[in-house]
Amino acid sequence: MRLEISGVCHRYDQVEALRDINLTIEPGEIVALIGPSGCGKSTLLSIIGGLLKPSEGKISASGAVPDGCLNPLTYVFQDFALLPWRTVAGNISLVLEDHKLSKAERAARIDEVLEQTGLADFRNAFPKQLSGGMKQRVGIARALAVRPAVLLMDEPLSALDAQTRILLLDEFSALFARTGMTAVYVTHNLNEAVRLAHRVVALRRRPGTIKEIHTIDVPIDQRREGDPLIVAHETALWELIRDEAIAADKELENVA
Amino acid sequence: MSPDHLAPVKTAKQPVRFRAVGFNPRANPLAAWGSFVVLIILWQIGCSTGFISELAMPSPVAVAKSLWQLIVSGDLWVHLAASGQRLAVGWVLGTVAGLAVGFLVGMFSWARSPGVALVSALFPIPKIALLPLFIIWFGIGEPSKFATIGFGVFFPTVINTFGAVDNVARNLIRMGQSFDMSTWSIVRKIILPGALPTILSGFRISSSIAIILLVAAEMIGAQYGIGALILSAGSLYQTDQLIAGVVVLSVFGLAISWLLGRLDKWLLGWR
Repeated sequence: MRLEISGVCHRYDQVEALRDINLTIEPGEIVALIGPSGCGKSTLLSIIGGLLKPSEGKISASGAVPDGCLNPLTYVFQDFALLPWRTVAGNISLVLEDHKLSKAERAARIDEVLEQTGLADFRNAFPKQLSGGMKQRVGIARALAVRPAVLLMDEPLSALDAQTRILLLDEFSALFARTGMTAVYVTHNLNEAVRLAHRVVALRRRPGTIKEIHTIDVPIDQRREGDPLIVAHETALWELIRDEAIAADKELENVA
Repeated sequence: MSPDHLAPVKTAKQPVRFRAVGFNPRANPLAAWGSFVVLIILWQIGCSTGFISELAMPSPVAVAKSLWQLIVSGDLWVHLAASGQRLAVGWVLGTVAGLAVGFLVGMFSWARSPGVALVSALFPIPKIALLPLFIIWFGIGEPSKFATIGFGVFFPTVINTFGAVDNVARNLIRMGQSFDMSTWSIVRKIILPGALPTILSGFRISSSIAIILLVAAEMIGAQYGIGALILSAGSLYQTDQLIAGVVVLSVFGLAISWLLGRLDKWLLGWR
């Protein structure tokens, strides 16, 4: 599915969060949105998926969706957003229950995504029993269960410790390489961006505008931690947003 | 040559003192029961030695005797049945209506401001003051007592319920919307279970309010009921029977709290 972001502006009261964003996400492409806090990257992701109404501009989707797709634009959340009163399987079932699927089809989908994310042994566990990494795997499994056309990932690794982050980063990269998924990946971690994205969109802040789009033409499954080429890309990105990050760091809250 | 205060001080090895003492009360069921036993024993000693006059406070033995009499004569069950029925009907009516209105106020803008305004204005009225009105509206019999208890339970339930709905994590609701769940599914599968812990703790408050109003209503116009029993004993200065009635009320309250505890365990096992 192709997503076209055209002329998107957004204001919160007095603060102009986004100004004139134009971007097209091609089918099978992973686009990372990076930038310091306050640059509007999460706002843009909410707008893309229809969870926030932009002040101006629009998002249009075109093209085919995968077979059995129940929810073309599907989010993976930073805080996992799991229902604490449902088991792992129950949390996945939740997003299938509103659709016309037979019991057997639903069970088959749940089994399939649990298998894919290595959660088969945890299906009856409750979220509070799981580690952060496992919780986010449930978030991924839930997203995959609806066979999305585009995954919208909002800092999915930011709430995890460093070791878990490395593990999940490898899993994401394998998943993207295997499925040819289209995704928009918001992060403030440049390493995640250079490992996962075909194109990295660097945002400038106040108001949020696109500063530069950085293309990384190494196939995702060939990128390795510490590979000089990948490190070079990461350094280039840091040079790109460094000043913005310094400004963001020095800013007082609520000063427009 | 270094100044004195920079010179390494050589002293004996000392263990670091543990400092995080206290501020961590723990439950002890034995002490809970023990406190009752100690209180009753002291009370009995006070009565037996004449330190507490029989008129001011009947002895535990006298209260137990009077309670026993109520049990064997069968009067206790008549009173308990009458009170239990009023409590159950009144509380259920008030709670069901309160939950319904609370959910509306919690979820819809059109219900929010009018609902909050009306509830805030009517909540502080002591419902027992309206009993004469309820008697005119619903008659002298049971319905006026149901109404007193029901109204008394209704308002705190509304306030508690909309607070509970407000406090359901917004990110979970947004998650539901992002997966295109229907409004009804979001209410049933996300908001209701998310609000349940607060709603259940509200039940503890509303059930105590119900007991207070029950006794008050029964003292004004009832032949049977624990409140009526206490009132009639009081007017005859049968203090032993009065205290027996109070003991029954206390046990009644404990039983309800135990039931709610079971309900908590059953519905909130996931916590």
